[in-house]
Amino acid sequence: MNDGMLRVVSLSKRFGQNTVLSDISFTLPAGSSLSIIGPSGCGKSTLLSIIAGLTNAGEGQVMLPPSWKTAFILQDYGLFPWKSVRDNLALPLQLRGVGRAERFAAADAMQKELGLEGLEQRFPVQLSGGQRQRVAIGRALISRPDLLLMDEPFAALDAITREHLQNLLLDVWQRRRMSFMLVTHNVAEAVFLGRYIMVLGTKPATMKLWLENPCFGSTSSRNSDTYFSLIRKVHRALEEAETPLREREPA
Amino acid sequence: MKRVLDILLRYLVAAFSLLFLWQIGAWALGPYLLPAPLDVLEAWAQAMRGPDLPMHVRSSALRVLAAMALAWAVAFPLGILLGYRRLIDRYVSPMVFLTYPLPKIVLLPVFLTLFGLGDLSRILLIALTTGYQILVVTRDGIRHLDARYLDAFRTLGGSPAQLVRHVLMPAALPSAMTSLKVGSGTAVAVLFMAESFATQSGLGFLIMDAWGRGDQLEMFCGILSMSLLGLVVYESCHIAEKVLCRWKQLENRR
Repeated sequence: MNDGMLRVVSLSKRFGQNTVLSDISFTLPAGSSLSIIGPSGCGKSTLLSIIAGLTNAGEGQVMLPPSWKTAFILQDYGLFPWKSVRDNLALPLQLRGVGRAERFAAADAMQKELGLEGLEQRFPVQLSGGQRQRVAIGRALISRPDLLLMDEPFAALDAITREHLQNLLLDVWQRRRMSFMLVTHNVAEAVFLGRYIMVLGTKPATMKLWLENPCFGSTSSRNSDTYFSLIRKVHRALEEAETPLREREPA
Repeated sequence: MKRVLDILLRYLVAAFSLLFLWQIGAWALGPYLLPAPLDVLEAWAQAMRGPDLPMHVRSSALRVLAAMALAWAVAFPLGILLGYRRLIDRYVSPMVFLTYPLPKIVLLPVFLTLFGLGDLSRILLIALTTGYQILVVTRDGIRHLDARYLDAFRTLGGSPAQLVRHVLMPAALPSAMTSLKVGSGTAVAVLFMAESFATQSGLGFLIMDAWGRGDQLEMFCGILSMSLLGLVVYESCHIAEKVLCRWKQLENRR
C-alpha cells in the first residue's frame, strides 16, 4: 500500500537514443493537483501517458493505490464524432455494462454540472471548442476517477474560454476532490491549476524545479501576490531549462 | 420542407426533360425501334396489374436485395478485420487485389454449373460484385482511421469487441455505405446479365424474351421496371446512409 498517493520513483524513459525522461521522482497526495510545464519535446506527455498506463515505464516505478481509477483527457479531446454528446458522455459507463437508463441519467447530471444542458443530441462537430472540451472533461469525470490526467487540455481555446474552463475545473475539483495532473505550455495556467508545479527540462530531461503553491484552490488566487511571484519563479526556471538547448544551436 | 419541395421540383423537371428527349427519339425512329414514352407508360401501368410483370419484378427485387444483404454481411466485417489486423491483411489482401479486377460476370457459367440454375448462383454472383467494392473501401477506411480515436478508446479501456462496436464500425460506416450505394448500380446491371440465361423469371429474362419475340412495348416495360428497381435500391441506400451517418452529413455541411 502507498497510503493514498501517487508515487513516481526515479522514472526514466528512452525512445531509441532519445532520453525523454530522466530520473523523475515525486509524490502527489490524494486530492491534490500537479501542473507539469516544460519546453516542447521534454517528455511531459510521455510522463502522463506512463502514469495512465498507456506507455510502459522504461526504468523506475509508478505506484498508484490499487483502488484508484484514472481517466485521461487527450490533447485533442478524443471525442467520437459519430456519437452524440450524451453518448460520448455515457460511453465509459456503457463500456462497463451500466444500463441505459442509469448511464443516461449520469450523462444528464454531468451535462448540468458542466453547463451543457440542451446539447445532448448534438454531435461534436456541432459544438464550439469550449463545449467540446467540457464534454471531454465530463466523459473523463463520469466514471468518478481518483486521478484525472490532462494533456494540454485548454491549448486550443481562446483566452476567455480558457479562463472559464480553468475556473470550471477548479469548481469541479472543489466538489469532487479528485487528484489531477495536467501538462501545459502556459505558465499562468500551471500556477493557477497546480497545488504543485513541476518544471521539466530537456537534454537532460530531468526535473528542474518542484514548487508548492500555497494559494491553489480558489479562483480569486489570480489576483494574489503569491500567484505572481510563483509565475515569475516558474518563468525563470523555464528560461533556464531552455538555455542549454539554445546554446547547442549553430550560430 | 422548402428544401424537399425544391428537390422534388428539380427531379420532376429532370424527369420531364428525359421523357421529352425520349419522345423526340420516338418520333425520329418510329414505334418499332423506340416506342413513345406515353405508350410505354400506359402498357406498363396495364402490365403491373396483371400477374406476370409483378412476378418478374418481385423475383428480380428479391435477388438483388438478397445479394446486397449478403455482400454487406460478409464484406463489411471482413473489411474491418483486414483493415485492423495487419497480420491477416498481409496474407489475405494480395488475394483480394489479384481477384478484384476480374469481371465477376464472366463467372456466370461457372456459378450456374457449381450452384445450379436456381437463384443461389445468381445471388452469389451479384453479391460477389458488390461485396468486393464494399470490402476494399471498408478496409481502406479502417487503415486510414485517425489514430486519435484508437488512443481515445484505449484511455477508456474497453474490450476488442467494444472497440469494433463503438469505434471501428461507426468509423467505417460512411464510406462503406457510399460504396454500397454506388455498388447498387452495378448490382442491378449484373442482375440483368444473370437473369438473361437459364431462367424463366426476373426482369432480365422478361427483357431478353420480349426482345426475341420482337415485342418492343413489353421489352420497354421490362427496361422501365428495371430502371425503377435500380432507382429504388439506390435511393434506399442513400436514405439509409443519411440516417445512419447523420454526423458525417453535418461534418460535410461545414
